[in-house]
Amino acid sequence: MNESKPIVVVDHNPPKFEAGDIVRISVKFPIGHYRVPMYMRGKKVEIVRNLGSYINPEEEAFGKNAGDKMWCYMIKIPTTELWSNYEGQANDEHQIEVFENWLENIE
Amino acid sequence: MSNNHDHDHDHDHNHDHDHPHAEISHDETPGYYEILEISIRELLIEKGLIKPDDVRKQIELLDSRHPLLGSKMVVKAWLDPEFKKRLLANGNHGAEEMGISIYDDTDFTVLESTPDTHHVIVCTLCSCYPRAILGLPPDWYKSKEYRARTVIEPRKVLAEFGTVVPDNVRVVVNDSTAAQRYLVLPVRPAGTENFTEEQLEAIVTRDTMIGVTVPRIN
Repeated sequence: MNESKPIVVVDHNPPKFEAGDIVRISVKFPIGHYRVPMYMRGKKVEIVRNLGSYINPEEEAFGKNAGDKMWCYMIKIPTTELWSNYEGQANDEHQIEVFENWLENIE
Repeated sequence: MSNNHDHDHDHDHNHDHDHPHAEISHDETPGYYEILEISIRELLIEKGLIKPDDVRKQIELLDSRHPLLGSKMVVKAWLDPEFKKRLLANGNHGAEEMGISIYDDTDFTVLESTPDTHHVIVCTLCSCYPRAILGLPPDWYKSKEYRARTVIEPRKVLAEFGTVVPDNVRVVVNDSTAAQRYLVLPVRPAGTENFTEEQLEAIVTRDTMIGVTVPRIN
């Protein structure tokens, strides 16, 4: 018997985080091209949603534009936690996209 | 020259023109980046990687986008709740529904401002902007002052644009750094219930879709 079986797709790169997770943005200073502004480094942030996976701009900048994609997330942080002397309102917020290689679990 | 074109080129002739101006010409020496651009473009053409017409076509594509496309999109979202839902769920699909192609491989994302939340967009790293909808960004959007200050003191920056956000309204700054290109869907102001589509489009200016101001009735 030649019974056909469904093809099982193995996802080798599931997203590490989901909406609501609290994570920390890495403090690192790589050489080259990257998309995390200095003011976000080391900040504790909340994942708003998974935006999907994209070619990693840090590799694309060096011509590797046909390789693996990397998860990217929308994250948010209260503006008062970005700037200790912030003069706005307590519930003002800041949102930004961050690639997964810049996000760390908080123990 | 052997032809008979011997008209004299002294430039004190008078056009039928209502104002005097200097001769319009391009006689400055090109700068470093202009020379770099010309060199790379000519090399790409010489090697057959692009055609001369490709550059012109791309400029034409960029110039075909204008804030009025965004105004029409916002007004359609105000008037058609089902379209608004689809637009907020997937901006690219919403734009394509209106015949606007997102030509630059980005995720067009519409942020809905509400009576409780005011969205404003910025790109601190460069000048990410919903070009496929609004066309080229204004110069101030690309200035270091706007990019730095909007993140640090958004309410002060907004006030300088004439937009004083009340204390009970949350300000959300959206810094565009990767594939998202944001457009703010502003709140439809009270008193516009009987406005025609054209009247509504007129109050949805470019800056209301960046979020530095809000639609106002004159």
